[in-house]
Amino acid sequence: MKLNYRLIRKIKNQLFMLVIFLSAALVLIPLFLVIKYVFQEGASSLSLSFFTELPKPVGEVGGGMMHAILGTMYIVLLGALIAVPIGITCGIYLCEFSKSKLSKTLKLTVDLMSGIPSIVIGIFAYLMVVVPLKSFSALAGGVALSIIMLPIIIKTSEEILKLVPNHIREAGLALGLPRWKVILFIILKGSISNLLTGIILAISRAAGETAPLLFTAFGNMYLSFDLKKPMATLPVQIYTYAISPFKDWQRQAWAGAFVLMVLILTMNLFARFLLNKIKDKKGF
Amino acid sequence: MVKLNSKTQDALLFYALRFISLLVIGLLLFIIFILFKAAWPAIIHNGLGFIIRTEWNPIENQFGALPFIFGTLVTSFLAVLIATPVSIFVALFISEYLPTQFSRIISTLVEMVAAIPSIVFGLWGIFFLSPLMKSTLAPFLKTYFGYLPIFSGPSFGIGILTASLVLSVMIVPTISSICRSIFELVPQHQKEASYALGSTKFEMIKMAVISPSLSGISSAVVLGLGRALGETMAVTMLIGNSPLISKSVFAPAATMASVMANEYTDANTPLHVASLCYLALLLFLITFLSNLFAKTIVKNFSKIG
Repeated sequence: MKLNYRLIRKIKNQLFMLVIFLSAALVLIPLFLVIKYVFQEGASSLSLSFFTELPKPVGEVGGGMMHAILGTMYIVLLGALIAVPIGITCGIYLCEFSKSKLSKTLKLTVDLMSGIPSIVIGIFAYLMVVVPLKSFSALAGGVALSIIMLPIIIKTSEEILKLVPNHIREAGLALGLPRWKVILFIILKGSISNLLTGIILAISRAAGETAPLLFTAFGNMYLSFDLKKPMATLPVQIYTYAISPFKDWQRQAWAGAFVLMVLILTMNLFARFLLNKIKDKKGF
Repeated sequence: MVKLNSKTQDALLFYALRFISLLVIGLLLFIIFILFKAAWPAIIHNGLGFIIRTEWNPIENQFGALPFIFGTLVTSFLAVLIATPVSIFVALFISEYLPTQFSRIISTLVEMVAAIPSIVFGLWGIFFLSPLMKSTLAPFLKTYFGYLPIFSGPSFGIGILTASLVLSVMIVPTISSICRSIFELVPQHQKEASYALGSTKFEMIKMAVISPSLSGISSAVVLGLGRALGETMAVTMLIGNSPLISKSVFAPAATMASVMANEYTDANTPLHVASLCYLALLLFLITFLSNLFAKTIVKNFSKIG
Protein backbone atom coordinates (compact mmCIF):
# COMPACT_ATOMS: atom_id res chain seq x y z
CA MET A 1 0.00 0.00 0.00
CA LYS A 2 2.77 2.36 0.96
CA LEU A 3 4.78 1.49 -2.11
CA ASN A 4 1.75 2.07 -4.24
CA TYR A 5 1.30 5.54 -2.78
CA ARG A 6 4.89 6.41 -3.55
CA LEU A 7 4.45 5.21 -7.09
CA ILE A 8 1.40 7.39 -7.56
CA ARG A 9 3.29 10.42 -6.37
CA LYS A 10 6.11 9.65 -8.74
CA ILE A 11 3.74 9.20 -11.65
CA LYS A 12 1.98 12.44 -10.79
CA ASN A 13 5.32 14.19 -10.79
CA GLN A 14 6.26 12.78 -14.18
CA LEU A 15 2.85 13.60 -15.63
CA PHE A 16 3.11 17.17 -14.42
CA MET A 17 6.49 17.52 -16.06
CA LEU A 18 5.07 16.14 -19.28
CA VAL A 19 2.19 18.62 -19.19
CA ILE A 20 4.59 21.47 -18.60
CA PHE A 21 6.86 20.49 -21.45
CA LEU A 22 3.90 19.98 -23.75
CA SER A 23 2.41 23.37 -23.00
CA ALA A 24 5.75 25.04 -23.53
CA ALA A 25 5.79 23.41 -26.93
CA LEU A 26 2.19 24.50 -27.43
CA VAL A 27 3.18 28.12 -26.93
CA LEU A 28 6.31 27.98 -29.01
CA ILE A 29 4.64 26.22 -31.94
CA PRO A 30 2.20 29.02 -32.86
CA LEU A 31 5.04 31.48 -32.51
CA PHE A 32 7.11 29.53 -34.98
CA LEU A 33 4.09 29.06 -37.21
CA VAL A 34 3.38 32.77 -37.35
CA ILE A 35 6.99 33.69 -38.00
CA LYS A 36 7.52 30.90 -40.51
CA TYR A 37 4.32 31.70 -42.37
CA VAL A 38 5.04 35.41 -42.58
CA PHE A 39 8.61 34.79 -43.69
CA GLN A 40 7.57 32.24 -46.24
CA GLU A 41 4.71 34.23 -47.74
CA GLY A 42 6.32 37.61 -47.20
CA ALA A 43 9.82 36.98 -48.43
CA SER A 44 8.57 35.29 -51.58
CA SER A 45 6.39 38.26 -52.50
CA LEU A 46 9.04 40.82 -51.70
CA SER A 47 10.82 42.65 -54.47
CA LEU A 48 12.77 45.83 -54.92
CA SER A 49 9.76 47.57 -56.41
CA PHE A 50 7.95 47.06 -53.11
CA PHE A 51 10.28 49.61 -51.54
CA THR A 52 10.60 52.01 -54.45
CA GLU A 53 7.19 52.18 -56.10
CA LEU A 54 3.77 53.54 -55.35
CA PRO A 55 0.63 51.40 -55.66
CA LYS A 56 -0.60 50.74 -59.18
CA PRO A 57 -4.29 51.27 -60.02
CA VAL A 58 -6.64 48.42 -59.12
CA GLY A 59 -6.25 45.49 -61.47
CA GLU A 60 -2.70 46.19 -62.52
CA VAL A 61 -0.11 43.86 -61.12
CA GLY A 62 2.93 45.30 -59.38
CA GLY A 63 3.63 48.49 -57.53
CA GLY A 64 4.88 48.88 -53.99
CA MET A 65 4.38 50.50 -50.65
CA MET A 66 7.06 53.16 -50.60
CA HIS A 67 4.53 55.79 -49.56
CA ALA A 68 3.34 53.65 -46.63
CA ILE A 69 6.86 52.88 -45.40
CA LEU A 70 7.80 56.55 -45.45
CA GLY A 71 4.43 57.46 -43.97
CA THR A 72 4.91 55.11 -41.03
CA MET A 73 8.33 56.60 -40.33
CA TYR A 74 6.94 60.13 -40.57
CA ILE A 75 4.01 59.54 -38.24
CA VAL A 76 5.95 57.47 -35.73
CA LEU A 77 8.65 60.12 -35.52
CA LEU A 78 5.98 62.76 -35.15
CA GLY A 79 4.49 60.79 -32.27
CA ALA A 80 7.91 60.35 -30.69
CA LEU A 81 8.55 64.08 -31.00
CA ILE A 82 5.50 64.72 -28.83
CA ALA A 83 5.86 61.80 -26.43
CA VAL A 84 9.60 61.73 -25.74
CA PRO A 85 10.07 65.10 -23.98
CA ILE A 86 6.93 64.67 -21.89
CA GLY A 87 7.70 61.04 -21.15
CA ILE A 88 11.26 61.61 -20.01
CA THR A 89 10.20 64.57 -17.86
CA CYS A 90 7.62 62.39 -16.12
CA GLY A 91 10.24 59.66 -15.77
CA ILE A 92 12.52 62.12 -14.00
CA TYR A 93 9.74 63.18 -11.69
CA LEU A 94 8.83 59.58 -10.85
CA CYS A 95 12.45 58.72 -10.17
CA GLU A 96 13.51 61.80 -8.22
CA PHE A 97 10.35 62.45 -6.26
CA SER A 98 9.07 58.92 -5.98
CA LYS A 99 7.63 59.37 -2.51
CA SER A 100 5.28 62.23 -3.30
CA LYS A 101 1.55 61.68 -3.59
CA LEU A 102 1.54 62.99 -7.14
CA SER A 103 4.12 60.36 -8.09
CA LYS A 104 1.83 57.60 -6.95
CA THR A 105 -1.10 59.06 -8.85
CA LEU A 106 1.09 59.45 -11.91
CA LYS A 107 2.20 55.83 -11.66
CA LEU A 108 -1.39 54.66 -11.52
CA THR A 109 -2.23 56.94 -14.44
CA VAL A 110 0.59 55.45 -16.48
CA ASP A 111 -0.59 51.91 -15.73
CA LEU A 112 -4.15 52.73 -16.64
CA MET A 113 -3.07 54.62 -19.73
CA SER A 114 -1.11 51.69 -21.07
CA GLY A 115 -4.29 49.66 -20.70
CA ILE A 116 -6.51 51.91 -22.82
CA PRO A 117 -7.56 50.01 -25.94
CA SER A 118 -5.75 51.51 -28.90
CA ILE A 119 -8.98 51.95 -30.85
CA VAL A 120 -10.32 54.20 -28.09
CA ILE A 121 -7.17 56.30 -28.39
CA GLY A 122 -7.90 56.48 -32.11
CA ILE A 123 -11.38 57.82 -31.43
CA PHE A 124 -9.98 60.36 -28.96
CA ALA A 125 -7.46 61.62 -31.52
CA TYR A 126 -10.23 61.76 -34.10
CA LEU A 127 -12.37 63.91 -31.83
CA MET A 128 -9.46 66.13 -30.82
CA VAL A 129 -7.66 66.67 -34.12
CA VAL A 130 -9.67 65.39 -37.08
CA VAL A 131 -12.96 67.07 -36.13
CA PRO A 132 -11.53 70.58 -35.62
CA LEU A 133 -9.29 70.38 -38.71
CA LYS A 134 -12.12 68.80 -40.73
CA SER A 135 -9.78 66.31 -42.39
CA PHE A 136 -7.99 63.09 -41.63
CA SER A 137 -4.38 64.03 -41.11
CA ALA A 138 -0.91 62.76 -40.35
CA LEU A 139 -0.97 65.08 -37.36
CA ALA A 140 -3.91 63.20 -35.85
CA GLY A 141 -2.06 59.92 -36.39
CA GLY A 142 0.98 61.34 -34.65
CA VAL A 143 -1.10 62.48 -31.69
CA ALA A 144 -2.72 59.04 -31.38
CA LEU A 145 0.63 57.26 -31.49
CA SER A 146 2.14 59.67 -28.98
CA ILE A 147 -0.53 58.67 -26.44
CA ILE A 148 0.39 55.04 -27.03
CA MET A 149 4.11 55.72 -26.62
CA LEU A 150 3.80 57.94 -23.59
CA PRO A 151 3.28 55.30 -20.87
CA ILE A 152 6.03 53.10 -22.31
CA ILE A 153 8.53 55.96 -22.34
CA ILE A 154 7.59 57.08 -18.83
CA LYS A 155 7.96 53.57 -17.43
CA THR A 156 11.29 52.77 -19.06
CA SER A 157 12.75 56.21 -18.30
CA GLU A 158 11.88 55.84 -14.65
CA GLU A 159 13.39 52.37 -14.58
CA ILE A 160 16.58 53.52 -16.27
CA LEU A 161 17.06 56.68 -14.19
CA LYS A 162 16.59 54.61 -11.05
CA LEU A 163 19.68 52.63 -12.00
CA VAL A 164 21.86 55.69 -11.39
CA PRO A 165 23.40 54.93 -8.01
CA ASN A 166 22.54 57.26 -5.18
CA HIS A 167 26.13 58.09 -4.37
CA ILE A 168 26.43 59.86 -7.70
CA ARG A 169 23.54 62.14 -6.74
CA GLU A 170 25.11 62.70 -3.37
CA ALA A 171 28.51 63.43 -4.89
CA GLY A 172 26.93 66.10 -7.05
CA LEU A 173 25.07 67.64 -4.13
CA ALA A 174 28.20 67.50 -1.98
CA LEU A 175 29.97 69.64 -4.56
CA GLY A 176 27.39 72.29 -3.83
CA LEU A 177 25.45 71.91 -7.07
CA PRO A 178 21.78 72.76 -6.89
CA ARG A 179 19.54 69.77 -7.36
CA TRP A 180 18.32 70.77 -10.79
CA LYS A 181 21.88 70.80 -12.08
CA VAL A 182 22.49 67.36 -10.58
CA ILE A 183 19.37 66.05 -12.28
CA LEU A 184 19.95 67.73 -15.63
CA PHE A 185 23.71 67.59 -16.05
CA ILE A 186 24.67 64.48 -14.16
CA ILE A 187 21.79 62.05 -14.03
CA LEU A 188 20.08 62.87 -17.30
CA LYS A 189 23.23 63.53 -19.29
CA GLY A 190 24.80 60.30 -18.10
CA SER A 191 21.71 58.27 -18.98
CA ILE A 192 20.90 59.72 -22.39
CA SER A 193 22.09 56.74 -24.39
CA ASN A 194 20.27 54.42 -22.00
CA LEU A 195 17.06 56.40 -22.31
CA LEU A 196 17.25 55.72 -26.02
CA THR A 197 16.33 52.09 -25.40
CA GLY A 198 13.00 53.14 -23.94
CA ILE A 199 12.37 55.30 -26.96
CA ILE A 200 13.21 52.45 -29.35
CA LEU A 201 10.86 50.18 -27.41
CA ALA A 202 8.05 52.72 -27.64
CA ILE A 203 8.68 53.27 -31.36
CA SER A 204 8.65 49.55 -32.04
CA ARG A 205 5.28 49.31 -30.33
CA ALA A 206 3.78 52.32 -32.07
CA ALA A 207 5.01 51.35 -35.53
CA GLY A 208 2.83 48.25 -35.52
CA GLU A 209 -0.36 49.91 -34.35
CA THR A 210 -3.21 49.87 -36.83
CA ALA A 211 -6.38 50.62 -34.92
CA PRO A 212 -5.54 54.18 -33.80
CA LEU A 213 -4.52 55.12 -37.34
CA LEU A 214 -7.70 53.90 -39.07
CA PHE A 215 -9.55 57.13 -38.55
CA THR A 216 -6.72 59.52 -37.87
CA ALA A 217 -4.03 59.17 -40.53
CA PHE A 218 -6.57 57.19 -42.58
CA GLY A 219 -4.25 56.30 -45.47
CA ASN A 220 -4.03 57.12 -49.15
CA MET A 221 -2.48 55.75 -52.30
CA TYR A 222 0.14 58.35 -53.13
CA LEU A 223 3.20 59.88 -51.56
CA SER A 224 2.44 62.73 -49.19
CA PHE A 225 4.37 64.62 -46.57
CA ASP A 226 1.62 67.05 -45.71
CA LEU A 227 0.95 67.22 -42.00
CA LYS A 228 -2.66 68.21 -42.54
CA LYS A 229 -3.53 65.60 -45.17
CA PRO A 230 -4.25 61.88 -44.82
CA MET A 231 -1.12 59.76 -44.96
CA ALA A 232 -0.59 56.08 -45.69
CA THR A 233 1.02 53.88 -43.07
CA LEU A 234 2.30 50.34 -43.37
CA PRO A 235 -0.14 48.69 -40.92
CA VAL A 236 -3.23 50.38 -42.37
CA GLN A 237 -2.05 49.60 -45.89
CA ILE A 238 -1.61 45.94 -44.92
CA TYR A 239 -5.11 45.92 -43.48
CA THR A 240 -6.67 47.46 -46.58
CA TYR A 241 -4.85 45.02 -48.85
CA ALA A 242 -5.49 41.99 -46.64
CA ILE A 243 -9.27 42.36 -46.70
CA SER A 244 -9.36 43.17 -50.41
CA PRO A 245 -10.35 40.44 -52.87
CA PHE A 246 -7.38 40.99 -55.20
CA LYS A 247 -4.71 38.31 -55.18
CA ASP A 248 -1.92 40.73 -55.99
CA TRP A 249 -2.91 43.04 -53.13
CA GLN A 250 -3.00 40.13 -50.72
CA ARG A 251 0.46 39.17 -51.87
CA GLN A 252 1.61 42.71 -51.11
CA ALA A 253 -0.06 42.60 -47.72
CA TRP A 254 2.19 39.66 -46.89
CA ALA A 255 5.24 41.50 -48.11
CA GLY A 256 4.19 44.45 -45.96
CA ALA A 257 3.65 42.25 -42.93
CA PHE A 258 7.08 40.74 -43.45
CA VAL A 259 8.77 44.14 -43.64
CA LEU A 260 6.83 45.43 -40.64
CA MET A 261 7.59 42.40 -38.54
CA VAL A 262 11.30 42.34 -39.35
CA LEU A 263 11.48 46.05 -38.56
CA ILE A 264 9.67 45.74 -35.25
CA LEU A 265 11.30 42.55 -34.01
CA THR A 266 14.75 43.93 -34.82
CA MET A 267 14.07 47.14 -32.93
CA ASN A 268 12.55 45.24 -30.05
CA LEU A 269 15.38 42.73 -29.77
CA PHE A 270 17.94 45.53 -30.03
CA ALA A 271 16.26 47.47 -27.23
CA ARG A 272 16.04 44.38 -25.04
CA PHE A 273 19.68 43.60 -25.68
CA LEU A 274 20.67 47.14 -24.67
CA LEU A 275 18.39 47.04 -21.63
CA ASN A 276 19.93 43.81 -20.39
CA LYS A 277 23.39 45.21 -20.92
CA ILE A 278 22.52 48.35 -18.99
CA LYS A 279 21.03 46.36 -16.15
CA ASP A 280 24.10 44.13 -15.96
CA LYS A 281 26.31 47.19 -15.84
CA LYS A 282 23.95 48.88 -13.37
CA GLY A 283 23.56 52.04 -15.43
CA PHE A 284 26.77 53.93 -14.98
CA MET B 1 18.61 89.95 -14.66
CA VAL B 2 17.67 88.71 -11.25
CA LYS B 3 19.95 86.04 -9.95
CA LEU B 4 17.97 83.27 -8.35
CA ASN B 5 19.47 81.40 -5.47
CA SER B 6 19.77 77.68 -5.86
CA LYS B 7 16.73 77.01 -3.68
CA THR B 8 14.47 78.98 -6.01
CA GLN B 9 16.06 77.28 -8.99
CA ASP B 10 15.30 73.91 -7.48
CA ALA B 11 11.77 74.97 -6.72
CA LEU B 12 11.38 76.05 -10.34
CA LEU B 13 12.48 72.66 -11.63
CA PHE B 14 10.29 70.92 -9.11
CA TYR B 15 7.23 72.85 -10.21
CA ALA B 16 8.07 72.35 -13.87
CA LEU B 17 8.28 68.58 -13.36
CA ARG B 18 5.11 68.66 -11.31
CA PHE B 19 3.34 70.62 -13.99
CA ILE B 20 4.19 68.14 -16.74
CA SER B 21 3.20 65.23 -14.52
CA LEU B 22 -0.11 66.88 -13.75
CA LEU B 23 -0.54 67.38 -17.48
CA VAL B 24 -0.26 63.64 -18.10
CA ILE B 25 -2.72 62.84 -15.32
CA GLY B 26 -4.96 65.51 -16.77
CA LEU B 27 -4.68 63.88 -20.19
CA LEU B 28 -6.22 60.67 -18.88
CA LEU B 29 -9.09 62.58 -17.30
CA PHE B 30 -9.42 64.62 -20.48
CA ILE B 31 -9.73 61.46 -22.59
CA ILE B 32 -12.57 60.29 -20.36
CA PHE B 33 -14.22 63.71 -20.53
CA ILE B 34 -13.98 63.97 -24.32
CA LEU B 35 -15.39 60.48 -24.84
CA PHE B 36 -18.19 61.26 -22.44
CA LYS B 37 -18.98 64.48 -24.23
CA ALA B 38 -19.00 62.82 -27.64
CA ALA B 39 -21.18 60.00 -26.35
CA TRP B 40 -23.61 62.32 -24.58
CA PRO B 41 -26.27 62.51 -27.38
CA ALA B 42 -26.35 58.71 -27.48
CA ILE B 43 -26.51 58.47 -23.71
CA ILE B 44 -29.52 60.80 -23.74
CA HIS B 45 -31.17 58.98 -26.60
CA ASN B 46 -30.46 55.40 -25.56
CA GLY B 47 -30.10 55.64 -21.84
CA LEU B 48 -28.71 52.70 -19.94
CA GLY B 49 -30.96 50.36 -21.92
CA PHE B 50 -28.23 50.64 -24.56
CA ILE B 51 -26.39 47.92 -22.70
CA ILE B 52 -29.20 45.38 -22.83
CA ARG B 53 -30.83 46.10 -26.17
CA THR B 54 -29.95 43.72 -28.99
CA GLU B 55 -30.88 45.53 -32.19
CA TRP B 56 -28.12 47.42 -33.95
CA ASN B 57 -29.55 49.12 -37.00
CA PRO B 58 -27.95 52.48 -37.77
CA ILE B 59 -30.32 53.18 -40.65
CA GLU B 60 -33.38 53.05 -38.40
CA ASN B 61 -31.59 54.70 -35.50
CA GLN B 62 -31.77 51.60 -33.35
CA PHE B 63 -28.72 51.17 -31.21
CA GLY B 64 -28.31 48.31 -28.79
CA ALA B 65 -24.89 47.29 -27.58
CA LEU B 66 -25.57 43.85 -26.19
CA PRO B 67 -24.31 41.86 -29.20
CA PHE B 68 -21.00 43.72 -29.05
CA ILE B 69 -20.65 43.45 -25.30
CA PHE B 70 -21.47 39.77 -25.64
CA GLY B 71 -18.91 39.33 -28.42
CA THR B 72 -16.20 41.17 -26.50
CA LEU B 73 -16.78 39.27 -23.28
CA VAL B 74 -17.12 35.83 -24.89
CA THR B 75 -14.03 36.12 -27.08
CA SER B 76 -11.95 37.55 -24.24
CA PHE B 77 -13.05 35.00 -21.65
CA LEU B 78 -12.53 32.14 -24.07
CA ALA B 79 -9.07 33.47 -24.86
CA VAL B 80 -8.24 33.77 -21.18
CA LEU B 81 -9.60 30.29 -20.54
CA ILE B 82 -7.30 28.86 -23.19
CA ALA B 83 -4.29 31.02 -22.38
CA THR B 84 -4.23 30.87 -18.59
CA PRO B 85 -3.22 27.25 -17.91
CA VAL B 86 -0.76 27.28 -20.78
CA SER B 87 0.82 30.54 -19.61
CA ILE B 88 1.22 29.33 -16.05
CA PHE B 89 2.82 26.11 -17.25
CA VAL B 90 5.16 28.01 -19.53
CA ALA B 91 6.14 30.32 -16.69
CA LEU B 92 6.86 27.27 -14.51
CA PHE B 93 8.76 25.64 -17.35
CA ILE B 94 10.97 28.70 -17.71
CA SER B 95 11.53 29.41 -14.03
CA GLU B 96 11.66 25.89 -12.55
CA TYR B 97 12.62 23.41 -15.24
CA LEU B 98 14.97 25.19 -17.60
CA PRO B 99 18.61 25.87 -16.79
CA THR B 100 19.26 29.61 -16.44
CA GLN B 101 21.09 30.16 -19.71
CA PHE B 102 18.17 28.67 -21.68
CA SER B 103 15.49 30.34 -19.66
CA ARG B 104 16.60 33.77 -20.78
CA ILE B 105 16.43 32.79 -24.43
CA ILE B 106 13.05 31.09 -24.18
CA SER B 107 11.50 33.86 -22.13
CA THR B 108 12.72 36.45 -24.64
CA LEU B 109 11.24 34.32 -27.39
CA VAL B 110 7.88 34.13 -25.64
CA GLU B 111 7.88 37.85 -24.93
CA MET B 112 8.73 38.47 -28.57
CA VAL B 113 5.18 37.34 -29.40
CA ALA B 114 3.93 40.39 -27.54
CA ALA B 115 5.89 42.60 -29.92
CA ILE B 116 4.36 41.15 -33.08
CA PRO B 117 1.82 43.69 -34.32
CA SER B 118 -1.78 42.56 -34.12
CA ILE B 119 -2.29 43.20 -37.82
CA VAL B 120 0.23 40.42 -38.53
CA PHE B 121 -1.73 38.07 -36.28
CA GLY B 122 -4.87 39.08 -38.14
CA LEU B 123 -3.27 38.35 -41.48
CA TRP B 124 -2.01 35.01 -40.24
CA GLY B 125 -5.47 34.25 -38.89
CA ILE B 126 -7.18 35.02 -42.18
CA PHE B 127 -4.88 33.05 -44.42
CA PHE B 128 -3.69 30.25 -42.16
CA LEU B 129 -5.84 29.68 -39.09
CA SER B 130 -9.29 30.23 -40.53
CA PRO B 131 -8.85 27.73 -43.42
CA LEU B 132 -7.40 25.32 -40.87
CA MET B 133 -10.40 25.90 -38.62
CA LYS B 134 -12.80 25.22 -41.47
CA SER B 135 -11.06 22.13 -42.78
CA THR B 136 -9.73 20.42 -39.67
CA LEU B 137 -10.46 21.90 -36.25
CA ALA B 138 -14.18 22.51 -36.59
CA PRO B 139 -14.98 19.08 -38.10
CA PHE B 140 -12.88 17.48 -35.36
CA LEU B 141 -14.72 19.31 -32.58
CA LYS B 142 -18.05 18.56 -34.24
CA THR B 143 -17.37 14.85 -34.52
CA TYR B 144 -16.35 14.43 -30.91
CA PHE B 145 -18.26 17.16 -29.10
CA GLY B 146 -21.00 17.91 -31.62
CA TYR B 147 -23.70 17.14 -29.05
CA LEU B 148 -22.73 20.28 -27.10
CA PRO B 149 -24.71 23.32 -28.23
CA ILE B 150 -21.59 25.48 -28.33
CA PHE B 151 -20.20 23.32 -31.13
CA SER B 152 -23.37 23.34 -33.20
CA GLY B 153 -23.92 24.99 -36.53
CA PRO B 154 -21.65 25.30 -39.54
CA SER B 155 -18.18 26.78 -39.39
CA PHE B 156 -17.13 29.31 -42.02
CA GLY B 157 -13.58 29.52 -40.78
CA ILE B 158 -14.02 32.93 -39.23
CA GLY B 159 -16.01 33.30 -36.05
CA ILE B 160 -15.81 33.49 -32.28
CA LEU B 161 -13.51 30.50 -31.79
CA THR B 162 -10.98 31.59 -34.44
CA ALA B 163 -10.80 35.07 -32.93
CA SER B 164 -10.43 33.65 -29.43
CA LEU B 165 -7.62 31.32 -30.49
CA VAL B 166 -5.61 34.15 -32.01
CA LEU B 167 -6.36 36.31 -28.96
CA SER B 168 -5.12 33.58 -26.67
CA VAL B 169 -1.84 33.35 -28.56
CA MET B 170 -1.53 37.12 -28.19
CA ILE B 171 -2.10 37.23 -24.44
CA VAL B 172 0.05 34.25 -23.45
CA PRO B 173 3.22 36.38 -23.26
CA THR B 174 1.46 38.95 -21.08
CA ILE B 175 0.25 36.40 -18.56
CA SER B 176 3.30 34.16 -18.58
CA SER B 177 5.87 36.93 -18.20
CA ILE B 178 4.07 38.34 -15.16
CA CYS B 179 3.67 34.85 -13.68
CA ARG B 180 7.34 34.18 -14.23
CA SER B 181 8.40 37.33 -12.43
CA ILE B 182 6.11 36.36 -9.54
CA PHE B 183 7.48 32.82 -9.36
CA GLU B 184 10.97 34.23 -9.25
CA LEU B 185 10.03 36.15 -6.11
CA VAL B 186 9.55 32.89 -4.21
CA PRO B 187 12.54 32.58 -1.89
CA GLN B 188 14.85 29.65 -2.51
CA HIS B 189 14.69 28.46 1.11
CA GLN B 190 10.93 28.04 0.81
CA LYS B 191 11.44 25.60 -2.04
CA GLU B 192 14.18 23.82 -0.16
CA ALA B 193 11.98 23.54 2.91
CA SER B 194 9.40 21.79 0.79
CA TYR B 195 11.99 19.41 -0.64
CA ALA B 196 13.25 18.75 2.87
CA LEU B 197 9.79 17.51 3.77
CA GLY B 198 10.27 14.89 1.11
CA SER B 199 8.05 16.29 -1.60
CA THR B 200 8.44 15.58 -5.28
CA LYS B 201 9.03 18.48 -7.64
CA PHE B 202 5.32 18.59 -8.47
CA GLU B 203 4.39 18.79 -4.79
CA MET B 204 7.07 21.39 -4.20
CA ILE B 205 5.71 23.55 -7.03
CA LYS B 206 2.17 23.16 -5.76
CA MET B 207 3.09 23.96 -2.17
CA ALA B 208 5.94 26.42 -2.34
CA VAL B 209 5.51 28.17 -5.69
CA ILE B 210 1.88 28.18 -6.81
CA SER B 211 -0.06 28.64 -3.63
CA PRO B 212 1.78 31.70 -2.32
CA SER B 213 1.58 33.24 -5.80
CA LEU B 214 -2.14 32.76 -6.35
CA SER B 215 -3.12 36.41 -6.02
CA GLY B 216 -0.27 37.42 -8.29
CA ILE B 217 -1.36 34.87 -10.86
CA SER B 218 -4.91 36.16 -10.76
CA SER B 219 -3.73 39.70 -11.38
CA ALA B 220 -1.69 38.46 -14.34
CA VAL B 221 -4.81 36.82 -15.70
CA VAL B 222 -6.84 39.99 -15.27
CA LEU B 223 -4.15 41.99 -17.07
CA GLY B 224 -4.27 39.45 -19.90
CA LEU B 225 -8.03 39.83 -19.96
CA GLY B 226 -7.61 43.60 -20.21
CA ARG B 227 -5.42 43.18 -23.23
CA ALA B 228 -7.87 40.79 -24.88
CA LEU B 229 -10.83 43.09 -24.25
CA GLY B 230 -9.29 45.99 -26.08
CA GLU B 231 -7.65 44.08 -28.90
CA THR B 232 -8.98 45.38 -32.19
CA MET B 233 -7.36 44.48 -35.47
CA ALA B 234 -6.83 40.75 -35.18
CA VAL B 235 -10.37 40.31 -33.88
CA THR B 236 -11.90 42.57 -36.50
CA MET B 237 -10.29 40.51 -39.24
CA LEU B 238 -11.37 37.18 -37.79
CA ILE B 239 -14.71 37.46 -36.05
CA GLY B 240 -16.97 37.96 -39.04
CA ASN B 241 -18.46 41.26 -37.89
CA SER B 242 -22.14 40.53 -37.59
CA PRO B 243 -23.97 41.74 -34.50
CA LEU B 244 -25.44 38.38 -33.52
CA ILE B 245 -25.75 36.56 -30.25
CA SER B 246 -25.52 32.86 -30.92
CA LYS B 247 -24.76 29.86 -28.80
CA SER B 248 -22.24 28.35 -31.19
CA VAL B 249 -18.58 29.31 -31.02
CA PHE B 250 -18.34 28.77 -34.78
CA ALA B 251 -20.80 31.56 -35.47
CA PRO B 252 -19.67 35.01 -36.55
CA ALA B 253 -20.09 37.83 -34.04
CA ALA B 254 -18.80 41.35 -33.45
CA THR B 255 -16.96 43.00 -30.59
CA MET B 256 -17.10 46.55 -29.30
CA ALA B 257 -13.67 47.26 -30.76
CA SER B 258 -14.43 45.62 -34.09
CA VAL B 259 -17.64 47.55 -34.68
CA MET B 260 -15.81 50.79 -33.96
CA ALA B 261 -13.07 49.89 -36.42
CA ASN B 262 -15.62 48.93 -39.06
CA GLU B 263 -18.24 51.61 -38.77
CA TYR B 264 -16.62 54.73 -37.36
CA THR B 265 -15.41 56.18 -40.66
CA ASP B 266 -18.68 55.34 -42.43
CA ALA B 267 -21.00 56.60 -39.73
CA ASN B 268 -22.84 59.60 -41.12
CA THR B 269 -25.68 60.30 -38.73
CA PRO B 270 -24.67 62.13 -35.55
CA LEU B 271 -26.48 59.55 -33.43
CA HIS B 272 -24.55 56.70 -35.02
CA VAL B 273 -21.24 58.43 -34.28
CA ALA B 274 -22.35 59.19 -30.73
CA SER B 275 -23.43 55.59 -30.21
CA LEU B 276 -20.04 54.37 -31.32
CA CYS B 277 -18.45 56.82 -28.87
CA TYR B 278 -20.78 55.45 -26.20
CA LEU B 279 -19.39 52.01 -27.01
CA ALA B 280 -15.85 53.39 -26.83
CA LEU B 281 -16.64 54.85 -23.42
CA LEU B 282 -18.05 51.52 -22.22
CA LEU B 283 -15.04 49.62 -23.52
CA PHE B 284 -12.76 52.13 -21.88
CA LEU B 285 -14.58 51.70 -18.57
CA ILE B 286 -14.45 47.89 -18.75
CA THR B 287 -10.71 47.78 -19.43
CA PHE B 288 -10.12 50.58 -16.95
CA LEU B 289 -11.88 48.66 -14.19
CA SER B 290 -10.20 45.36 -15.00
CA ASN B 291 -6.77 47.00 -15.00
CA LEU B 292 -7.50 48.86 -11.78
CA PHE B 293 -8.62 45.58 -10.24
CA ALA B 294 -5.39 43.87 -11.33
CA LYS B 295 -3.31 46.72 -9.93
CA THR B 296 -4.98 46.53 -6.52
CA ILE B 297 -4.29 42.81 -6.34
CA VAL B 298 -0.64 43.41 -7.21
CA LYS B 299 -0.44 46.18 -4.63
CA ASN B 300 -1.79 43.97 -1.87
CA PHE B 301 0.42 41.17 -3.06
CA SER B 302 3.60 43.23 -2.93
CA LYS B 303 2.69 44.34 0.56
CA ILE B 304 2.64 40.73 1.73
CA GLY B 305 5.72 39.77 -0.29
